[in-house]
Amino acid sequence: MAEIVLRNVQKKFGDFVAVEASNLKVENGEFFVMLGPSGCGKTTTLRMIAGLEIPTTGSILLDNKNVTSLRASQRDIAFVFQLFALYPHLNVEKNISFPLRMQKMKSSEIKERVREVSQLLRIEHLLKSNVSNLAGGDRQRVALGRAIVRRPAAFLMDEPLGTLDAEFREEMCLELKKLHKRIQATTVYVTHDQIEAMTMGDKIAVMNQGKILQNGSPNEIYSKPKTKFVGSFIGSPSMNFIPVKKSIEKGATSIIIKGNEFGIPEQHEGTIGDQNFIGVRPEKMTLTKNQGISGEVFGSEYLGSRNILTINTEVGQFKIRVSKDIKVSLRENVKISFDAHSAIIFDGTSDKALQSAYMTI
Amino acid sequence: MANVKIENVSINFGKTTALSNVDFEVKNSEFFVLLGPTGAGKTTTLRLISGLERPDSGKILIDGVDVTQMQPAYRDTAFVFQQYSLYPNYSVFDNLAFPLRSPLRKENPEIIEKRVIEIASLLKIENKLKNSATELSGGEMQRVAIGRALVRNPNIFLMDEPLSSLDAKLRGNLRVELKRIQEELGATILYVTHDQIEAMTMADRIGVLREGELVQIGTPAEIYSCPVDTYVACRLGSPQINLLPEAIFEFPEIPTATKTLGIRPEDVTLGYSGLEGTVSGIQNLGADTILLLSLNDHEVFAYADPAKTYSYGEVLKVGIDPEKTLFFDAQDQLISA
Repeated sequence: MAEIVLRNVQKKFGDFVAVEASNLKVENGEFFVMLGPSGCGKTTTLRMIAGLEIPTTGSILLDNKNVTSLRASQRDIAFVFQLFALYPHLNVEKNISFPLRMQKMKSSEIKERVREVSQLLRIEHLLKSNVSNLAGGDRQRVALGRAIVRRPAAFLMDEPLGTLDAEFREEMCLELKKLHKRIQATTVYVTHDQIEAMTMGDKIAVMNQGKILQNGSPNEIYSKPKTKFVGSFIGSPSMNFIPVKKSIEKGATSIIIKGNEFGIPEQHEGTIGDQNFIGVRPEKMTLTKNQGISGEVFGSEYLGSRNILTINTEVGQFKIRVSKDIKVSLRENVKISFDAHSAIIFDGTSDKALQSAYMTI
Repeated sequence: MANVKIENVSINFGKTTALSNVDFEVKNSEFFVLLGPTGAGKTTTLRLISGLERPDSGKILIDGVDVTQMQPAYRDTAFVFQQYSLYPNYSVFDNLAFPLRSPLRKENPEIIEKRVIEIASLLKIENKLKNSATELSGGEMQRVAIGRALVRNPNIFLMDEPLSSLDAKLRGNLRVELKRIQEELGATILYVTHDQIEAMTMADRIGVLREGELVQIGTPAEIYSCPVDTYVACRLGSPQINLLPEAIFEFPEIPTATKTLGIRPEDVTLGYSGLEGTVSGIQNLGADTILLLSLNDHEVFAYADPAKTYSYGEVLKVGIDPEKTLFFDAQDQLISA
């Protein structure tokens, strides 16, 4: 097992900066997720940890040992790719045991390890099957098995569930997480799917345009996003941003929007310009009978355990999560308000969340 | 717009039965969703209605007229495919206008222009009309593809997973918009998907397909709260409904034929009374915390208080309310109250 540290790691391809100088620490035994849209630099970062790319500057430490210039094969790391790269002409058992046979391990030990891994992944009954006859999920289990069987210091996974359909992905998410709990191996997992990240990560690093914007527990990232991008990328439906076309002073505890006064957490910083936003999660917005932003119901989505309302207002379109018992009809006029304790002010100029009584990280 | 009836339709491809005695009606101005996994027969149903396939038996009626043997062109249906197929050498405007310029329904240019602009503004692509179709993002291309169907006033819109190639956020937005547009136009839509969220959020009624058979038809709320069997119960809701053997909880009175209990994750109570369950999975989704609990040999999903912190191995009391429990018999059928 291992601890992974990135020190000022930067990667350029020609003039293009794929990853800006980044610092990162993945603790021993942690499930660490790198999350971001395509092209954000997450896979490049993973490939540098694996040794498939050499950083332009900076160093990578594996258990305090500098591995920056070591080849992939010398790093004791297993890589699981998005597309299950299995050997089509070998059966499941031979696919799983392949890395061990390459290491010239004793056949009795190979047998024992394959048995152990296939039990863990519940594919014992498939050992003799041809991999080309397997269902998507089973193929991915075999690919995982081939990574686990080596007992590497760390696992690196590049969207390993990306090609599975939704229902199955949910199931595999849970399975992977359980597997991780059991073998406690340091894992770095790359995805663009925020639900996968939230479900599995002990920690999440959100990346965009080559930069790590925030690094923290799923709960921290969800409830206290440091930038507007993080707020909108995490959560489904995403965070609502109410535009405020004036500056907000340090010490402010309320904001007036279209003549209505709303409480906000006491601000410890003021805004730079006069184009700012209040960030509010859908479950922290409410329909109100008192003063509020007036709007009209544009859509109502039934989800069994709850409803998501889309409200068009004079200051923009917002999504509100309400209990399944609340019934509203399309085009109905409503007023909306929000929770004063968890609202976050985002500076429109810098995109950053301002420090406040609530936003303390 | 029209009312479309599918009467006892069956079709086989070689030895495979694609659809077997499928019988349903899409009412005028209804948003009807066929939900099922790959291979359930969803796309075949659309192809039968549009005339791209002929059934082995059964009838298709549009506004009471039997069209079973009619050519596609005379049925006046509009198809939206999963993969947007636009004319790359045409502008957005010309792509949208194309169906109205067809020799079968030649409209005059003023009417075409008016209609195209109307639909483009509904789909929020009015500022892209002069763009070439290749200068659009994926979401915009799919809007144009949907728009090309909407410019016509066909008997029915047939939509084959039109949102599935888009990313999650865009899909979420288009869901709401498509439903709204359907309401405004009073359009009759038959929409097929394997995505239960699309089905739940857009449908007036859902038909659940399983291996070529229509197993249940109803409103989303009806199907969610009264699924006819355990298969349907598992198709709607995420995380899935919990299915547990009846012996696990001691209920004072349950139907005698009961073999399995069905409890939605939001109806499981934690902390007060019930059986001891060990936390074996924690999903912190921000607005929700979903726990996976092990009860003896069984696993139960439950919504938990997102403000609290839970840890693996923690033991909680897991309770269920008989009022909110579904009872299934040995054949997995719902025992109605």
